[in-house]
Amino acid sequence: MSKVMVVTSGKGGVGKTTSSASLGAALARAGQNVVVVDFDVGLRNLDLVMGAERRVVFDLVNVVQGDAKLPQALIRDKRIETLSLLPASQTRDKDALTEEGVARVIDELREKFDWIICDSPAGIDKGATLAMRFADLAVVVTNPEVSSVRDSDRIIGMLDSKTQRAENGDKLEKHLLLTRYDAARAARGDMMKVEDVLEILAIPLLGIVLESPDVLTASNLGCPITLHNPASPAARAYTDAARRLLGETVAVTAPDERRGFISRLFGRRAAA
Amino acid sequence: MALVIAPEPPLEVWLAALDQQIRRSVSFFTDRPIVANFAAAVGASAERESVLDALDALDARDLRVIGVEGIEPALLAGTRWGRLPTLVHGRDPGRDSRPAPPIEAPIAAPPPPTPSLLIDRPVRSGQSVVFEDGDVTVIGPIASGAEVVAGGSVHVYGALRGRVIAGLREGSGARVFCRKLEAELVAVEGRYRIAEHWGEGLHGCSVQIWCDRGTLRLSAFD
Repeated sequence: MSKVMVVTSGKGGVGKTTSSASLGAALARAGQNVVVVDFDVGLRNLDLVMGAERRVVFDLVNVVQGDAKLPQALIRDKRIETLSLLPASQTRDKDALTEEGVARVIDELREKFDWIICDSPAGIDKGATLAMRFADLAVVVTNPEVSSVRDSDRIIGMLDSKTQRAENGDKLEKHLLLTRYDAARAARGDMMKVEDVLEILAIPLLGIVLESPDVLTASNLGCPITLHNPASPAARAYTDAARRLLGETVAVTAPDERRGFISRLFGRRAAA
Repeated sequence: MALVIAPEPPLEVWLAALDQQIRRSVSFFTDRPIVANFAAAVGASAERESVLDALDALDARDLRVIGVEGIEPALLAGTRWGRLPTLVHGRDPGRDSRPAPPIEAPIAAPPPPTPSLLIDRPVRSGQSVVFEDGDVTVIGPIASGAEVVAGGSVHVYGALRGRVIAGLREGSGARVFCRKLEAELVAVEGRYRIAEHWGEGLHGCSVQIWCDRGTLRLSAFD
C-alpha cells in the first residue's frame, strides 16, 4: 500500500525541500521505492538539492497537462536506484497545475512507488493546497521560532480541512519535524523550546534536526545529507525520522548528547 | 452585527484616538460594518457640519459605515451620506446613562434552550469559527491568528491565544472563560480589549471576561 506524504510548513526557508530529499533518500536506503515530487512550480529547488538539475527534460507540469508520459519525466537517482524525482517546471507558475491532473499523476505514481513525497511550496495558495490535497500523511516542518510555529499551525488547520482525506472524514496523520534546532540557544531563551512548540502545535514529534553546516554543504553538493554524510547528526536525525515513518519505535534523542535531560524529554514525546 | 462607534467633540481629538486604535489592532475594523452614533456629538455645535466631517473622516479610514443613529434623518438629506439608513431607535448613550431599572425575572414561559457549539479540537491559526446562535465551547487551544465569534458566551478549555468575540446576540449577558489567557483580543458586546490593555498580570491565568455596565472586565479565577 503506497503512501502519499506531503512535506509542508507554510513559511518558506524552514527546510521543506532539504527534508523532502533527506527523508526520501533515507526511506529509499531502507529499501522502499520512493519518488519525491517537487510541487514548487516556478521556483523549483528539489532538482538542485538532489543533484539532478542537468537531467531534467520533462516535468510535473508536462505530465499534469498530458504533454509527457510519467516515465519520461521521472528521474532515477544515480546513487540509490529506488529513489526517483519528479521535478517541477521552472518556467511556469502554480496555475499550470490542475486538481484533476495532479490526481491522475498521484494515482499513477501510487502504482509504481511505496512512498510519494510531495515537496510543498511555501505559502497557502494553490501550489501548497494541491501538494497536500491527496496526502495520506503530512510532515510539518517547523523552526523553533514564533512565526514559523504560527504558520505551521495554520497549515495544520488546512490539512484538517482542505485535504481529500479530511473532506471524506478520514484521519490524516500529521507529524512535526523540528528543524534548525539549536539546543544551546533554546536553553538561553533565544529560541523556542521543543516543549513549547509541541504544546502549541499539539501533533506528535517525528524528529529534531539540529542546525548544522553539514546540511547546507550537502544541499550545495546536490546530495541529500542522508547519503552524503550518513554519520552526521542531521543525517542520523533524518534516518531515525524515516524509521519512525516506517513504523519502528525509535526514541527521539537530541543528537547533541551533552544535554541529557533534553533527550529524556524527547524520549517521552516521541511519535508512535 | 455592526460595531457602534460614537464620535465625540472635539472631533480632532476623537479621531486621533481612533487612529491610534486602528494602528494598535490593524485588522479589527477590517470588513466590519460600522454604525456611527452621533448622540454624543450632536448638541455640541454646528451639528450638520460636524456630522458630515465625521462621516467623511471615517470614510477616509476605509471604515464601512452602514448606518447612523442619534441624529434626525433630515440632517443627511441631500448629502452624499443621504443613502445611509438612520436608526433613530438605536442605543442612545444619553438615555443609557440613567441607572437601569432592576431586571425582573420573567414569569412567562421559559426561554427556549440556547443552542451551543462544541469544538473538540484545536482551533488553528487562520481558522474562523462564527456561531451567532449561541455559546461556543472549545476543548483545546485557540491559536494565535485564529478567531472565534459567538452569539453567546465562549468557553475555552485550553490556552486562548487568538481572538474571541462573544455576545453578538446575547449582548452583555455573554462571558468569555478560558483556562490560559494569552489572547490577542477579547470582545464582549462590541467592547474589546487587546493584550496590551491587561498587561502581564493576567497573562497565562485562568480568567473570565464579562461586560459590566459598558466596561469590559477581566478577572482571574485563582
